[in-house]
Amino acid sequence: MILRPQMGEIKIIGYYLGRIALGIGLVMFLPFVAGLALFREINPAFDFLISANIAVFAGLALSWLCKTDKDLHPGPAMVVIAISWLAAMVLAAIPLLLSGHYRSFLDACFETMSGFTTTGLTLVQDLDHLSRTHNLWRHLGPFIGGQGIAIVAISFLVGGASGSFNLYVGEARDEKLVPNVMHTARFIWVISIVYLVLGTIVLGVVGLFIGLKPGSAFFHAVCIFMAGFDTAGFAPQSLNILYYHSWVFEIVTIFFMVVGSFNFNLHYQVWTGNGKEIGKNIETRTLLLVVMLVSLIILAGLKHVGAYGPGMIMFRKGFYQLISAQTTTGYMTIYAQQFIREWGDVALFGIIMAMALGGCACSTAGGIKMLRVGIIAKALKQDMKLIMFSGNAIVVQKFHHLKTMFLEDRQVRAALIVTIGYVFIYGFGALVGVVLGYPILESFFESVSAAGNVGLSCGITDVAMPAILKITYIVEMWAGRLEVMSVCALIGFFVALVKGK
Amino acid sequence: MLMRRLLLGIFFMGVFCSAYPGYAEVTGSLDLINRAKEHDGKLVTCQGEVIGDIMPRADHVWLHVNDGYIAVSVWAEKELVQEIKYSGDYRATGDTVEVSGIFHRSCLEHGGDLDIHAQRIILLRSGVVLKNPLTSKKAQIGLLATSAVALFYLLKMFLQSRPHLKPPG
Repeated sequence: MILRPQMGEIKIIGYYLGRIALGIGLVMFLPFVAGLALFREINPAFDFLISANIAVFAGLALSWLCKTDKDLHPGPAMVVIAISWLAAMVLAAIPLLLSGHYRSFLDACFETMSGFTTTGLTLVQDLDHLSRTHNLWRHLGPFIGGQGIAIVAISFLVGGASGSFNLYVGEARDEKLVPNVMHTARFIWVISIVYLVLGTIVLGVVGLFIGLKPGSAFFHAVCIFMAGFDTAGFAPQSLNILYYHSWVFEIVTIFFMVVGSFNFNLHYQVWTGNGKEIGKNIETRTLLLVVMLVSLIILAGLKHVGAYGPGMIMFRKGFYQLISAQTTTGYMTIYAQQFIREWGDVALFGIIMAMALGGCACSTAGGIKMLRVGIIAKALKQDMKLIMFSGNAIVVQKFHHLKTMFLEDRQVRAALIVTIGYVFIYGFGALVGVVLGYPILESFFESVSAAGNVGLSCGITDVAMPAILKITYIVEMWAGRLEVMSVCALIGFFVALVKGK
Repeated sequence: MLMRRLLLGIFFMGVFCSAYPGYAEVTGSLDLINRAKEHDGKLVTCQGEVIGDIMPRADHVWLHVNDGYIAVSVWAEKELVQEIKYSGDYRATGDTVEVSGIFHRSCLEHGGDLDIHAQRIILLRSGVVLKNPLTSKKAQIGLLATSAVALFYLLKMFLQSRPHLKPPG
């Protein structure tokens, strides 16, 4: 029998939702202040004043009306997270809509969901004339969403309440860096902010050397860092990374994309002096192996169709797009159309494969994740050994992730369930694309890019694409970021609300 | 006499036409990208607004020209861009220029980037500074919303300090 959720549960959800809306509203004051004080863009700044007030009002009202001292259990926590991401999408879209650079509210919502989920697909119009204030907000989205909207709330608004860990887990993060979840959340912010300062300085200096003016260089640096480290792929100019025409800029962004796709636990290990973990960890080893394998596929594909002349140019273009796909960032040094027209099917297959597999767990990256790929590969190896040896043999498989562990069935089961979930979403989005008349390869490419939170595009994502496809990609980005489970919890919650007794 | 002048006129027009390298036909940016293999290594002409930063690199610059669909990178000698005063961003509409040069689908000199090596840049229309003033309506809504939220917050604090007026919890 399905039990209908009690009013108490609904109030808990409302309360935490209110805190998260309040958090989004308070963050909006940042572009407001920057717009007034730094950029002197008064008109865009007021877009944020209006939007911030709407979000703060909604947050205050919800958390007041639903105030409760009850604990947030895992089920409702997942529902809170799933709804919070939708609420954040809607609230954050208001200033973008007011900018006049979006054709509809749906397009603005697409942009914010793409930002928060660190995807990077964009529907902005005339990006090259967008104000710096709005552009800063576009790039702040990935910085907030990459760390996690719940992390923002836990760090500053929810504190160490008992429901904090459930919120943290609901956001597809089940690994704590330190025993206390609030300290974990704050450490994630410390890592991100230290890298933000370093990244902005490095990219800013490179920007000066490649001919950008100081103000422009450091504005681009902060934006590119936030969208690169958080594996989102937004850029302040429509030409993305191609705009800079610099191999130094490309190398620096490759470094931050890779670092951003690493597990926060790995960062913690390195920060606490355990640098050897990088070499031993199943995720980094799998990542290296997958990158090497996919590199071969892509380079062979590019060579086969003769997309680029000399080997070095082919490597530069192929490898950059590969790292961008593998880390699920979505930065591009080619035009979207070139993927389809010049890259050929084999190289495209390689890029799709990299996007689908993604970066590391508990990072800002999307996709199936290297931890799961590694575990499934280990399980496969174990089963093959069982087949090869006699029936009575006991085959033990170990793997190293922060500590050396024996591979257990429950780990393989958990990895497979999420992997199947991803494959289903990839296929669903591709099917919608095909039904709407797009070619199958392009549909699959764009669907994997959306659900894997990558942001590379072969040209389908465009303001002119049907609304149903925009909604499909929004759902894919959302479900992909939350690794399906929170979305399933939300569906279950609504089923219980309607059919429960 | 008249016949001779006419023939001379036709002769000079012919010389002029043969010397003119065929800049006039304008190619759209989407066409350049979608049919890049066909245009590769050929002389092309495109028009559009200069957007973003003009990035100096030694005696050359990088600039970007957007024809309303998509921007294309242009590699030009510094002296070719001396007339360009406005580059498009939030504060300005950039100068509209006509660029003629050799199109590269994957430029060997620039790491495989798709670009045009400019031979000639003509300023077609000067850009303008955009004022983007704050509308009084937006200012009023912004200040009204701030006042309303501040009032609501004070009311909430007031009600919370009186337990019998709190919403059921």
